[in-house]
Amino acid sequence: MLNNELPVTRDTLLNEVAARRHQGYRFVTVTCVDLGDRFDILYHFDKDYVLYNLRLSLGRTENLPSISSIFFAAVLVENELKDLFGIPVTDLAIDYGGRFLLSEGSPVAPQRKPDAPPAQPAQTKDGAVK
Amino acid sequence: MIKRVFSNLFGSPATRLYPFTRREPFAGSRGQLKNDIAKCIFCGQCQRRCPADAIVVGKKPDKSWAFDRYRCIVCGYCVEVCPVKCLSMDPKHGD
Amino acid sequence: MSKRTIIPFGPQHPVLPEPIQLRLVMEEERVVEALPAVGYIHRGLEKLVEKKDYNQCVFLAERVCGICSFLHSVTYCQGLEEIMSVTIPDRARFLRLIWGEVHRVHSHLLWLGLLADSFGFENVFMHAWRCREMVLDLLERTAGHRVMLGVSCVGGVRRDISDEGLADILRTVDALQKEFDEFVPVVLNDYSIKQRTVGVGKLTKEQAAELGAVGPVARASGIARDFRETGYAAYGEVGFKIVTETAGDCYARMKVRCGEMYECLNMVRRAVAAMPAGAINVPVKGNPTGEVVARLEQPRGEVIYYLKGNGAKNLERMRIRTPTFANLAPLLAMLPGCELADVPVIVLSIDPCISCTER
Ligand code: SF4
Ligand code: SF4
Repeated sequence: MLNNELPVTRDTLLNEVAARRHQGYRFVTVTCVDLGDRFDILYHFDKDYVLYNLRLSLGRTENLPSISSIFFAAVLVENELKDLFGIPVTDLAIDYGGRFLLSEGSPVAPQRKPDAPPAQPAQTKDGAVK
Repeated sequence: MIKRVFSNLFGSPATRLYPFTRREPFAGSRGQLKNDIAKCIFCGQCQRRCPADAIVVGKKPDKSWAFDRYRCIVCGYCVEVCPVKCLSMDPKHGD
Repeated sequence: MSKRTIIPFGPQHPVLPEPIQLRLVMEEERVVEALPAVGYIHRGLEKLVEKKDYNQCVFLAERVCGICSFLHSVTYCQGLEEIMSVTIPDRARFLRLIWGEVHRVHSHLLWLGLLADSFGFENVFMHAWRCREMVLDLLERTAGHRVMLGVSCVGGVRRDISDEGLADILRTVDALQKEFDEFVPVVLNDYSIKQRTVGVGKLTKEQAAELGAVGPVARASGIARDFRETGYAAYGEVGFKIVTETAGDCYARMKVRCGEMYECLNMVRRAVAAMPAGAINVPVKGNPTGEVVARLEQPRGEVIYYLKGNGAKNLERMRIRTPTFANLAPLLAMLPGCELADVPVIVLSIDPCISCTER
């Protein structure tokens, strides 16, 4: 749990991000944490040296709506998520098509943990279920 | 500035003719790892802590200590954790 | 409308120290659009934290960047200290400040040299790097290595600076000040340098705020944001003056960095004078549990570390957002409208550090 954290869903994300922009926050970055069964996507915003975080819990196959229409600067880091975690990000302002950090012949989604076999959920990695 | 211009024109170069003239290494500089093997107790601490996996310690029966200089990142962590302080950093770089 | 051409700038280009490609859409000599392509040196360092324990990762964090290495490890350590509720001794905080600021001088000198090189001013390049050599020698004498200081650890610092060493620092700082007094005014007032930098690569204050510019790029556009103001390490006690400019062009960015070099020297002097005695680190027990976002100001701007531990000796996730990553979007806003010949100067004016951007 981070300070100043607000849980959001895929439906409320864009509204919340737009609200941060309205309040004069600066977009800092997006962090993705692979929990094994889900992804935690953290959006960090900053104003006067205080961070504000939005936490989105994303299923392993779900699409992530891009916030690059609100904060253009997010386009680079969202392309990075797409490359490294294999998360399908939709409506990107500039879409590198999975060739932002990786190139042809490089490993696919190298930071993504192997998908747990659905039959035995108990076997997920330590710390995966919180 | 004029002074600098003249010293650049007529002074000696700022660089050394490296392989022939070498600067003395500074005391306390981390140059390369040395092991005083006579004191080593082959506990394996250095192997476990080394971030670059540069050390391989053979346990009890065959007692060996092997070090791969080209893996070492000269961080000095092993020197710090060695219980008998047989490891040390030689300020000299190269041989 | 005239014909558009696409010119690939980089990944190998004489002025680029590191590989990045900019696809420049040109209309005759003018850039209308730029698109970066990175990924030539992606190393996947973030993944390695799953294999190494959190103490070893101090050295890993240090190797994220080859220029501001020490500040990366300090960010990492500050983050872990926050998760594990460790209070580090005063002397360690001062030592972190001194090494951090000396590192900043070395980084800005390196940058000044590269910028001068980009517009073909070899003399400034050589002189800046000659001064930088003095800084690197100082780092080697006090910390044991020129760039990879290897002195941070979770809970403080590994190495103390003796009184002798502190006197050495003051001597070097004075010598540097003399050199700066001699050549920084010349650089800032030189006719040909002004011709190449004034009004080039403008970034307005609104654009900088909008695109999330950090560090000297933001400060040159009139945004007084510097994370040192929050007083981490010993910045609270030592005091610090923020350097800003308003023009937002390459010249303003150069002026900000030159001003900061002087400010760094002053801070080092004050820190040495106020240096408290005592221990330099505290033992840290146990493994980190929890998550934290650690931030501090690097020579290029604000760096961000997200760290998550789950009670094991390996961290679960480390995520690094380096300042250059944040400054790439502003760079894309600076390029349109400029001449092809100015592209190298503009690119270097954000002080790009590509290998830490890609990690
Ligand atoms: S830590 Fe020291 S004593 Fe133990 S194996 Fe390594 S060198 Fe030998
Ligand atoms: S100095 Fe560092 S990298 Fe080299 S052997 Fe020791 S612990 Fe390993």
